[in-house]
Amino acid sequence: MNIVVLVKQVPDSGLARQLDAQLRVDRNGANNVMGELDEYAVEAALQLKEAHGGEVTVLTLGPGQATEIVRKTLGMGADKAVHIEDDAVGGSDALTTSAILAAALGRLEWDLVIAGAESTDSGMGVMPHLLAARTGAPALTGARKIETDGASITVEHQRANGYDVLTANLPAIVSVWDTINNPRYPSLKGIMAAKRKPVETLTLADLGVEAAGPDAAQNEVLSAAERPPRAAGQIVTDEGQGGAALADFLAAEKFV
Amino acid sequence: MTDILVYVPNSGKHAAEVLTLARNLGDVAAIAFDDAAEGLAGEYGAAKVYRVEAPEAADYFVDPKATVLVDLARQAAPDFFLLPSTDEGKALAARVAVALDNGLLTDVSGLEADGTVQQDAFAGATVVKSKATKGFTLATVKSGATEPAPAASSPAVESVAATVSEADKRVRITQRVDEPAGDRPSLADARVVVSGGRGVGSADDFALIERVADSLGGAVGASRAATDSGYYPHKFQVGQTGTTVSPQLYVAAGISGAIQHRAGMQTSRVIVAVNKDADAPIFGMADFGVVGDLFQVLPQALEEIEKRK
Repeated sequence: MNIVVLVKQVPDSGLARQLDAQLRVDRNGANNVMGELDEYAVEAALQLKEAHGGEVTVLTLGPGQATEIVRKTLGMGADKAVHIEDDAVGGSDALTTSAILAAALGRLEWDLVIAGAESTDSGMGVMPHLLAARTGAPALTGARKIETDGASITVEHQRANGYDVLTANLPAIVSVWDTINNPRYPSLKGIMAAKRKPVETLTLADLGVEAAGPDAAQNEVLSAAERPPRAAGQIVTDEGQGGAALADFLAAEKFV
Repeated sequence: MTDILVYVPNSGKHAAEVLTLARNLGDVAAIAFDDAAEGLAGEYGAAKVYRVEAPEAADYFVDPKATVLVDLARQAAPDFFLLPSTDEGKALAARVAVALDNGLLTDVSGLEADGTVQQDAFAGATVVKSKATKGFTLATVKSGATEPAPAASSPAVESVAATVSEADKRVRITQRVDEPAGDRPSLADARVVVSGGRGVGSADDFALIERVADSLGGAVGASRAATDSGYYPHKFQVGQTGTTVSPQLYVAAGISGAIQHRAGMQTSRVIVAVNKDADAPIFGMADFGVVGDLFQVLPQALEEIEKRK
């Protein structure tokens, strides 16, 4: 079973993040990491490979520095990587990004595409369905469990108050939440081996994609501002009456 | 007049919010796949309802509904097409975007008549205004974007019969499993949410958080640190990788307030925090905070709350 995993380098969500002068996500800081849910997608792919054989290919779209996360996934055990790197990509919207990724998927052989349920930066959570619409493959998204017999796939689609069991024939596209597994760390041996694994770099011209970037985008960001800080609240230190003070506040706000 | 197409799922508050927001901008044509959704559209002021009869659609994931939505959007040529920002709403919006080659805006928290939308970026730290530059404004609306306000109408109902094509049967729903949260309201819709974090210390001690939630008629939530430690089930996680909530009251007990958590609750109307650490970032966003041991503070608060009832 050949699996493609989508990964994306994002600014570290644990640190201050901002938009740049062009109102795009500022990726120039030193604090870029792999998307939080992407690790779970890689782990899911590695577990399926271990059970069914085949190859795991990592696909990413981003600037040269995204090589760092590609190396990490290869260290975890992915077999090879495709890195789409082109200056014309910056400022693309989700629709254009999906067209670029779909063109790359068209060059690869896959039975399954696995992605995180959403990215840690824009967090739109729509890419698997955009790709399903473009490739015609079924999308089984928001999985907390994946099972496959090599011909069909069954997932538990996580809902707020339960789950739905979805099933489809392969090839298919799935996305995963962090409930699905516990991602492994790259081993020292894995990190050494990663250095010899192939990474193919592609441009938009290689993929036959002509329109990208802000000119092709169908949305425009007009402005961005820091959220105004919340007005400072009242903080009390408990010296025996903290709970009563809390109840007083809740009563004054009519919650009791 | 501004024409607004709204996809109405059959579940309550979030759909009612989208209808309320839409009604304030123009004439709403609602798309309903069942009686509950049709009823909701009339309660919240829709001028028209497309009542889709596609009994088979319920057996399949996204695809059959997406086909109907694409057809209706093409036919209605609206100024706005709004859906709730749920997994389903986003999936449907993505399908419409590709089929009609139309831009897509997700998790919108505000909407103006000229098509300008407001979105929260970076866990709400940045507020962004955007606009569609081609086609219509296709947007999914975040839960809590507005207070739902009923306004009964008698919408004109147009019946739409849809057959499900073989291609749209590619993802079958073979089983639906509900894991009810008991008598408590659902996390995403609750008016009050009481959450516990690492400071709760154990699964057993989450009973205290549950007691506070029950006393205030609220839902129970947990920080990622608490769910990762196994103190409380993951499906109750509030935060970036969990549920985003926007209740009237959010109580954070033993939660430091890491960005991951703030992403899921910072648009709550009133925030209350209890934490031992006076330097915890959660106090920076709290309307009322108690620096102290939650096992001292919460039982005393509970006792006082019960006295006042």
